[in-house]
Amino acid sequence: MDLLAARGQMAMSLGFHILFAVAGIAMPVLMAVAEWRHLKTGDAMYLELAKRWARGTAILFAVGAVSGTVLSFELGLLWPTFMRHAGPIIGMPFSLEGFAFFLEAIFIGIYLYGWNRMRPRLHLWAGVVVALCGALSGIFVVAVNAWMNAPTGFTLVDGQLTDIHPLQVFASPAFPSQALHMTFAAYAAIGFLAAGIHAWALLRTPGSRFHTLALGIALGMAVVAVPLQLFTGDLAGKHIAEFQPVKLAAAERHFETRADAPITAFGLVEIPYGLSMLAYNDPHAVVRGLEDFPESDWPPITIVHVAFEIMVGCGSAMFGVVLWVIFRVVRKKKVAASRPLLWACVFAAPLGMIAIEAGWTVTEVGRQPWIIHGVMRTAEAVTPMPGLIVPFLTFSILYLVLGVIVVVLLRAHVFAAGDLG
Amino acid sequence: MNATEFVYLTMGVALVVYALSAGADFGAGVWDLLSRTVEQRKALEKAIAPIWEANHVWLIFIIVVMFTAFPKAFALLSIAFHVPLTFVLIGIVLRGAAFVFRSYGLVAEGTRARFGRVFAWASALTPICLGWVLGGMSSGAIVVRGEVVESGYLAGWTTPYAMAVGGFALVLFALLAAVYMTVETDGEVREWFRQRAIACELLAAPVALVTYLLAPAALVAGGIPAQALTAGAACVTVAALWRRRFAVARAAVIAQVALIVIDFGLAMRGDFVLGVVGVANSGTQAPTLPLLIAITLGGSVLLVPSMIALYRQFKSAESPSPSRPS
Repeated sequence: MDLLAARGQMAMSLGFHILFAVAGIAMPVLMAVAEWRHLKTGDAMYLELAKRWARGTAILFAVGAVSGTVLSFELGLLWPTFMRHAGPIIGMPFSLEGFAFFLEAIFIGIYLYGWNRMRPRLHLWAGVVVALCGALSGIFVVAVNAWMNAPTGFTLVDGQLTDIHPLQVFASPAFPSQALHMTFAAYAAIGFLAAGIHAWALLRTPGSRFHTLALGIALGMAVVAVPLQLFTGDLAGKHIAEFQPVKLAAAERHFETRADAPITAFGLVEIPYGLSMLAYNDPHAVVRGLEDFPESDWPPITIVHVAFEIMVGCGSAMFGVVLWVIFRVVRKKKVAASRPLLWACVFAAPLGMIAIEAGWTVTEVGRQPWIIHGVMRTAEAVTPMPGLIVPFLTFSILYLVLGVIVVVLLRAHVFAAGDLG
Repeated sequence: MNATEFVYLTMGVALVVYALSAGADFGAGVWDLLSRTVEQRKALEKAIAPIWEANHVWLIFIIVVMFTAFPKAFALLSIAFHVPLTFVLIGIVLRGAAFVFRSYGLVAEGTRARFGRVFAWASALTPICLGWVLGGMSSGAIVVRGEVVESGYLAGWTTPYAMAVGGFALVLFALLAAVYMTVETDGEVREWFRQRAIACELLAAPVALVTYLLAPAALVAGGIPAQALTAGAACVTVAALWRRRFAVARAAVIAQVALIVIDFGLAMRGDFVLGVVGVANSGTQAPTLPLLIAITLGGSVLLVPSMIALYRQFKSAESPSPSRPS
């Protein structure tokens, strides 16, 4: 019961934080691009856009910073045994992340409050540093998670991690694919979220120049990031086939070990050889099924499977919208002039965030029952503290309230821009 | 000094900087709560808005260094002080969120005031809980056998001594904020902060005495000389405030609070939980520490100039500073 509450609290804290962390990675890119356009063209509308996105960034970054603080403490409050053993290894990426985050916090202060205090070029560079440090902090934190999925850099002796090589964290085979997949996910999700919001505004005030410019930058980011996600997703699939076969088997609900394994897309269409291709780039490759592993090592299959389908479904839908956008741009037609496409952007707005939540569910729930894959079980790591349901509920309510307030505030913030013409 | 001690010392330095910077941001919440006029509140908001998030990161830095270098101590602290640390976290979330929610002119005046209350109360209560944790760590009441915390989840931080440390932390943070504000304001607002700063300093003396009397016998540090030095700094602060030498007062109060934190650190004698776990018995394996030190030193090369740039931009005397982002 306490284990379940601890897992619930961790999942909820991560699920909440990731939305804001992603904003902290990708929003600075939007604001910096808008400011760069302003400096390039002298168009005051871009400046206004940069300032508005900067204010949105400020709110999301602050909530991300405090919810991230909660997580760094929760590592110990909920999983002291895990930290006791893993701390000296995962502390390495975490301390690098600490500095990246430090610089991000410093330069976001300089950026937000320095509009009239420094040369415009320098101010833009402050924004670039914020964007860069945001991406770096994300990558360092993902390195920790990758290590939990495919641990490296130690020798396991009697359940103790000995002969530690902390830099080997970055040699975790899960690291490259996870880092790329998460970083582009951030740009794709925020691109779509911002595009959806401004598309909605354009539907209400057709022809608004402000929202047209905003839509252009946001979709620009999505158009770059979403297609890249196909490759990084494929990379991640190949990785888990090799190093975390149980996770892949659970994600695909693949029970029987077999060659020529097909894939069932969205629970409907069966694609022959699909799974063998996805896992090994070879239609005849043997894909290990759950039957190969003791049931005590299975993750909760339904959750992982459904989450995986949701992630892939959202990604596919976003890719569809991106193709539509490219199609219009190639034919030199204005994206903002197509009401159906604007509606598509509105409906696609939350898909990236949903895909991120689902993707984290796949990687985290898919690793269960392990907290460090093959090394330490989650049940061994949990705190002896009783009554964990209390903090779980407390933080859930707290985050629910904060989430609602953020949505209300940003709504007011964005639509205050509606009268800008 | 070996690598373990160096890392412990680094954490101490970070704790001093955290107390002097983020501590004052917490203290600003106390004055927000007690403020009478809009000008006072606006001045407080202007003072902390650009810097509070950067100041806050020192805490995360301390935590990360701790679980990297002293994982056993981190695990034990997380278990023994689960309850007050949870309070601290709730406070940090509430004040940070409420502060940005009320900034940027996004909400109506009434809602703004309500967020302001949340920010102020959370800022005032969090240092007390932080003080409970520090008090608990130094209480000598934590009993550990093997890796099991046998003294339970209420030991240490619920002692009268820990309560006193909570109160002392609050008074010191409020004092820091009030003194800093005298440098960054003028006219009636400055006078208001000046009077509060003096009152705070006068209050700090008996609270410090009570804390000292309640402290466990095992907790001895610099003794009379250190205390005399601290008291001297406090006297200079009061005198400088009295004579309206605000920059001097700020330097003196920084020295005073730094001395208190340093004295506390020395009294802990390399422990995280007094007499239970510390540098001597919780350091990690070899390659981690040199790497951590290298990262810390390398990171500082970027961090220190950036931090100076931030403070120069928003805290230098000659900048008349428009109050909020345009």
